[in-house]
Amino acid sequence: MPEIATRDGYGTGLLKVGKNPNIVALDADLSDSTKSIEFGKAFPERFFNVGIAEQNMMSIAAGLAASGKTVFASSFAIFSERGFEHFRNTVARPNLNVKLCGSHAGFKTGEDGSSAQCIEDFSVYRSLPNVAVISPADAVETEKAVEFLASYKGPSYMRTTRAKVPVIFDENYKFELGKGVVLKKGKDAVVFATGPLVHESLKAAEELQKEGINIYVVNIHTIKPIDESLVIKLAKETKAVVSAEDHNIIGGLGSAIAEVLCKNYPAAMEMVGVKDTFGESGTPEELYEKYGLTHKHIIKAVKSAIKRRPK
Amino acid sequence: MVKMDIIQKLESKAKQHRKEIIQMVYDAQSGHPGGSLSAIDIITALYGYKLKFNPKKPDWPDRDRFVYSKGHACPALYAVLADHGYFSKGEFKKFRKLGGMLQGHADRKWTPGVEFSAGSLGQGLGFAIGIALAGRLDKKNYKVYCMIGDGECEEGAVWEGAMAAAQFKLKNLIAIMDSNKVQQTGKVKDIMNLEPIEAKWKAFGWRTIAINGHNMKDIVSALDSAVKDDGRPSIIIANTIKGKGVSFMELNEKFHGKAPNDEEYKKAMGELNA
Repeated sequence: MPEIATRDGYGTGLLKVGKNPNIVALDADLSDSTKSIEFGKAFPERFFNVGIAEQNMMSIAAGLAASGKTVFASSFAIFSERGFEHFRNTVARPNLNVKLCGSHAGFKTGEDGSSAQCIEDFSVYRSLPNVAVISPADAVETEKAVEFLASYKGPSYMRTTRAKVPVIFDENYKFELGKGVVLKKGKDAVVFATGPLVHESLKAAEELQKEGINIYVVNIHTIKPIDESLVIKLAKETKAVVSAEDHNIIGGLGSAIAEVLCKNYPAAMEMVGVKDTFGESGTPEELYEKYGLTHKHIIKAVKSAIKRRPK
Repeated sequence: MVKMDIIQKLESKAKQHRKEIIQMVYDAQSGHPGGSLSAIDIITALYGYKLKFNPKKPDWPDRDRFVYSKGHACPALYAVLADHGYFSKGEFKKFRKLGGMLQGHADRKWTPGVEFSAGSLGQGLGFAIGIALAGRLDKKNYKVYCMIGDGECEEGAVWEGAMAAAQFKLKNLIAIMDSNKVQQTGKVKDIMNLEPIEAKWKAFGWRTIAINGHNMKDIVSALDSAVKDDGRPSIIIANTIKGKGVSFMELNEKFHGKAPNDEEYKKAMGELNA
């Protein structure tokens, strides 16, 4: 499988939708990292580098959106949170058409260390009314999500990652907000994964197959609104559920799934994710190994969920 | 020279609005009278003299925009918007009440004519910059006016906006600083001194005009001279008095966010009717 970072998908996606003259893009001087620079080069008159000022970026984005523009604004996921309250009050509350993109999220950020490894963005953005939260698994899905967002009305937060991840989808892939994508069918358990953990989950499924354990792998690219009906359906079918995300286990995908299950169909559930701890410098692979985010940890979680499965 | 009858008309409107502000806050038994009374002369002049707008079409794309960043002081804005027909003055009674359109802080989702969902200081200037950029992209001639408070300038985001407006050469943006000298717990100069504030704005690349923000002639002439084609944003630094017009509220931080009681209400109305 070829490997491309999801942030590159953001860059190519923006370039495609940029043909629409109503679209503007903002960045807080990280455009070569977030990849909004591609839009900036092609459409300089509609690209604004606001300087290292994330709070002001949110307010400017809101003003442009209130004037009828579709606004894509990007920074590192962690620095977007610098402008969180601006986004909350000036974008989300009046339901303005701003598509925020936080790059360099999760432990996949690697060597930059814990200051940049944002592990709480799902949690904070998910708690805002009106805001859709998206976490693509590969560069193709990211590009398709950008194309979708260009015509979607309302605020959103999308997370991308710095490191390259295997490409899972092909050009025919269609992004549907709030719809989980079943990548592999199974019967013994279901893994709901997001972002780089989707690929890890596919690897886990392959290994488990060798042991005769047959699992569903579902790509949850939309953390909010979560695909309730699919979560309930597959929980009923398998009674053993695992969530997998490069995010704190508090407040992210695992929590979103648990919220659905506890009300509708309590099942044995395990959460693979960052165990409420900050990271450190290291390669993404080393960090995934040390902090429990690899396919091996998913395998262990699947077995544990199966063991605890209600009879 | 603006005709005297226009000035007198604006002064008389502002006097009426002061009473409406006190009435709204008294009826709600909460709200922010001090900053409303300091801003009201300027807002009256903006809508009564300067802005292009159409209350029947609040979303008219060519309208001038007034971004009211100090949204806690919304009774002043509500009084003026109702006077121009955006909604009925009957709404005043429901200010801050469940189901009413007049929220505790001015909010574009709730009230026709309100451009900006305020309530968190330091965000209006950036919002105004966004509208000004959109105006330039769309080749519109509208102007964007943004009122901020002096205490608000303690928010770092104001200065992020100050830099950006100058960098982007937003000559269609006019900020107005309601410099009323007092914030919630005391005097601005004692809490976080901003002086020399005009020099600060100049240093950030803005054209500055300092005026007496309660003198209608000053206000009107500043609004007339604020837009120049020198590529710079402008700021009118309006020297005002928090609580202006009600003796016991003037420069009194206790009336930043407190409603008058029965006795204070009668006294205030007596002074404003004099």
